[in-house]
Amino acid sequence: MANDANTLTERQVAKPNAGNTVARLGGVGILVLAVLGSFAYLGGWLSPKKLTPARFTNGLETAFGGVHSGFRRNHAKGVCVTGFFESNGQGARLSKAEVFQAGRVPVIGRFSIGGGDPYAADSAESVRAMALQFTQPDGEQWRTAMIHLPVFPFKNPQAFYEQMMAGVPDPNTHKPDPEKMKAFIAGHPEFLRAVGIIRSHPLSSGFDNTAFYGLTAFRFVDANGNSTPVRWSFVPLQPFVALDPAASQPDRNYLFDDLIASIHKHPLQWKLIVTVGQPNDPTNDASSPWPDNREQVDAGTLTLDTIESEETSPAREINFDPLVLPVGIVPSDDPLLSARSAVYSQSFTRRAGEKVEPSAITPSDVRK
Amino acid sequence: MNNVSQQFPVSMRVLHWLMAALVLTMLGIGVAMVASLGDYNQLISIHRPLGILLLLLVVIRYINRRFSKMPPFPEGFPSAERFVAEASELLLYTLLFLTPLVGWAMLSAAGYPIIMFGSFHLFPILSRNLMLYAALRKTHTILAFLLFFAFVAHFSAVVLHTWVLRDGLFNRMAPWKAQAR
Repeated sequence: MANDANTLTERQVAKPNAGNTVARLGGVGILVLAVLGSFAYLGGWLSPKKLTPARFTNGLETAFGGVHSGFRRNHAKGVCVTGFFESNGQGARLSKAEVFQAGRVPVIGRFSIGGGDPYAADSAESVRAMALQFTQPDGEQWRTAMIHLPVFPFKNPQAFYEQMMAGVPDPNTHKPDPEKMKAFIAGHPEFLRAVGIIRSHPLSSGFDNTAFYGLTAFRFVDANGNSTPVRWSFVPLQPFVALDPAASQPDRNYLFDDLIASIHKHPLQWKLIVTVGQPNDPTNDASSPWPDNREQVDAGTLTLDTIESEETSPAREINFDPLVLPVGIVPSDDPLLSARSAVYSQSFTRRAGEKVEPSAITPSDVRK
Repeated sequence: MNNVSQQFPVSMRVLHWLMAALVLTMLGIGVAMVASLGDYNQLISIHRPLGILLLLLVVIRYINRRFSKMPPFPEGFPSAERFVAEASELLLYTLLFLTPLVGWAMLSAAGYPIIMFGSFHLFPILSRNLMLYAALRKTHTILAFLLFFAFVAHFSAVVLHTWVLRDGLFNRMAPWKAQAR
């Protein structure tokens, strides 16, 4: 019977229970389909409406007028900076991260405005952002991406996505459908509440005198393993000057031009303020602030002293993923955190493979 | 009955079933994490160290195989099928080695810290290069899908041999001590 010419059928016929062959083949088929089906389920292929990182990123591309080759899918327009963080050691009682031990760590960062258009004009409406990467002596990194809003208008990625898509122009009328926005606002009372808090904070004149907020809560873990809910913000040492709403801003890049001029005059500094939450403070809702009386710890001073165009800076190649954290900082249960990490990664992967177009803020702009 | 073992040695069988369970888990985590906003971070925190563990295991397994005595194919096993079986083993080994290696390389090229657990990081094996990262990221997905389909083919063939052909092929790798037919 050891004959290479034997076919499957001949070998089956040689078996005593060959009559069951069809049923047994069916069993094989069912088992294989079960494996394929489980993977299709896990991979989201059976739920085409599920909001995945790819669909979220497609939404960003749609809402921001298409793909801008080589740029971040949000906060596309930016400029890069470097400097250092000088820790005063006061954060060390809350977190064992090396960055909070007294001493200095190098920082590379990026200022940007919200939106996917890398050539958008700066305006009073622009969402100002500061992203930073701290590199500890032990090689561990802390990356954080912050904006100037003291609270975030969305509790979860679904709400962010819905509001964003409600603003996309209808293909027939070329205008957003106001009913969609009304429906969103009616379904998300936290949105207008957060917008109210945001509006009550006076807007400053530029990047250099803006406070930046980490928004989502994190947890600091100390050397004994105690975990504390925290939020952080970077508060400028440059004096507050209110934005003059009446002043005309003829320059499309006025926020960036002012930042360049300011940093060339003197290094810019921010205090890292850690707000210490109470055990019952919610850590899963970036749209609501903690009570004003929470302890604030001044953990040190950020100094930024050089500025560079994205075209020449290594910061262009950094994904400021808010979940790149050193030991001593861990994510909270805020659903925005994992979602940001997933979508930033999508955005990073897409732009990494694209041809890079020139930045709005060029190498000659930053030398002015 | 001769006294040549009809089964793979215990070390090979242990490595086979351990890796089978881990690879299946890994493939499931891989497709789930790229489709998930909420579980992405937790899943990728497992995916990274598990991938490196699998890379280590496949190297150990390959070396172990080189020094192990292999059981013969069942009597009357056609040489054409034998060729298919051996070629698919080679394909599986190649994919099991390349998929995690490309994963490591792609994280290196992206400039991400390659966090295993706590403060234990792996060193990068490439310097930062975004274009290379984009290519490796695609390659990682393609390799993982090839691995998945190679697994499905391997699984289907074994089930077919066990349930339909009933030629005792499965006994060679059975996790228990199997009697030769």
